[in-house]
Amino acid sequence: MRDALLKVDRLEAWYGESHILHGVGFEIGRGELVTLLGRNGAGKTTTLRSIMGIVGKRKGSVQFDGQETVNRSSDTIARLGIAYCPEERGIFSSLNVEENLLLPPPVKPGGMGLKEIYSLFPNLEERRRSQGTKLSGGEQQMLAIGRILRTGANLLLLDEPTEGLAPVIVQRIGEIIRQLKQRGFTILLVEQNFRFAAMVADRHYVMEDGRVVDMIAAADVTQSIDKLQTYLGV
Amino acid sequence: MLDIFSIPLPALFGQLLLGLINGAFYAMLSLGLAVIFGMLNVINFTHGAMYMLGAFAAWLMLTNLSIPFWASLVLAPLIVGLFGIVIERLLLKRIYHLDHLYGFLLTFGLALVIEGLFQWRWGSSGAPYPAPIPGGYNLGFMFMPAYRGFVVVAALVICLATWYGIERTRLGAYLRAATENPTLVRAFGINVPRLITLTYGLGVALAALAGVLAAPIQQVSALMGSNLVLVVFAVVVIGGMGSIMGSIVTGFGLGLIEGLTKVVYPPASNTVIFVVMAIVLMVKPAGLFGQSK
Repeated sequence: MRDALLKVDRLEAWYGESHILHGVGFEIGRGELVTLLGRNGAGKTTTLRSIMGIVGKRKGSVQFDGQETVNRSSDTIARLGIAYCPEERGIFSSLNVEENLLLPPPVKPGGMGLKEIYSLFPNLEERRRSQGTKLSGGEQQMLAIGRILRTGANLLLLDEPTEGLAPVIVQRIGEIIRQLKQRGFTILLVEQNFRFAAMVADRHYVMEDGRVVDMIAAADVTQSIDKLQTYLGV
Repeated sequence: MLDIFSIPLPALFGQLLLGLINGAFYAMLSLGLAVIFGMLNVINFTHGAMYMLGAFAAWLMLTNLSIPFWASLVLAPLIVGLFGIVIERLLLKRIYHLDHLYGFLLTFGLALVIEGLFQWRWGSSGAPYPAPIPGGYNLGFMFMPAYRGFVVVAALVICLATWYGIERTRLGAYLRAATENPTLVRAFGINVPRLITLTYGLGVALAALAGVLAAPIQQVSALMGSNLVLVVFAVVVIGGMGSIMGSIVTGFGLGLIEGLTKVVYPPASNTVIFVVMAIVLMVKPAGLFGQSK
């Protein structure tokens, strides 16, 4: 494997009293696109939120670019160059589309310009003065992805970007994610939609009950399909 | 004789002007309350005390250091704003995760302590503050003291500048976003706790600025804010929590309604705002400009 940009080791996390992650471990190489697969409640979203520092109590180790982040606050973690696109998309209703796009402050040089983002998502430019939450689900998802491309962050955490979207839009988002990988972004993708994940990812980690239980490389997916179906319960 | 419905015109305009001036203070104070509530989830009951502190700071600087009104207009909000920041850092930030009620009790208690200390040291009778702009204009139908005209214009400018700052600037966008979803805004790399402290400082400074403007009109006294703040809470409820333009329009509007009531039926002038509040709460519980969530 190329040198790891993100190294998660024995990560544990709690929501209040409930212990959600019981020692998650995995690595992502620079420029890789890796997915976290697993059933509902396996701890995929919590893993992303723990990396981002949003979960209150966490233990273990999360190293980004060689720096330990597990005890840092989420704003300082973001400033190291990690950007987060939440499952619920998190579009702000009191901000218009362009204000939503411009909200995350640049954290590193080399982020995409507003023009580039608009050329990737032409719909957003047409609707730049609309209230953020007035957009369609697909447009909101594109806005949620678009706004983290400006900041110069090199690791993107995408939580189920295809959830609840029409197949045409899912396809479009797949193309965009592939383009982002080509541009050199490192991406950690949480997906329920395995077919979508298989189209874009280099490797898959499978989670169960708050742990990573298996790793499957893209090349081995076809021969591991039975195993995967058992994991995912499909 | 000029009159409408047997009300002499000079009396009508006199009361409307008075209403406009009161409205200017309602607007400035409810603005700060609305911003603070949106961001901190705290119903800031010290707001009246901060208004009083602004007036006192100006008065003390004038009588002890001969610092003129115009300098106080900048200095007093700065001093009181810094005091607010200390309070936020030391006390308020510890209770954000608790129910609204705790914030209410804490700020209410603080207001009592602050006002009590000033009452103990300076009494409650009040001290005069000389009008910084003497004289006035005869408008034909009424006499308009120059300073009161200035207050109305200044309040309008302050309110619109605050509105612009919140609705049209980058910092304002951070503020609006953090009001909606502080966790996510923080995960974008914005230091939300610092933003919260700053918001409280600014809201409190706005109250102090209103206090400085009020000093030459009212007596500077320890309880000048506690009388006002009840009405201001009614204004915030009527306008809708968290709506900036709503606070401004409602503030001025209710001042005018109060002024009109003084002409038409004086005994009701103290209660008319609360009657409006009751009606608005029945018809539109989120307030005139509020959005129900």
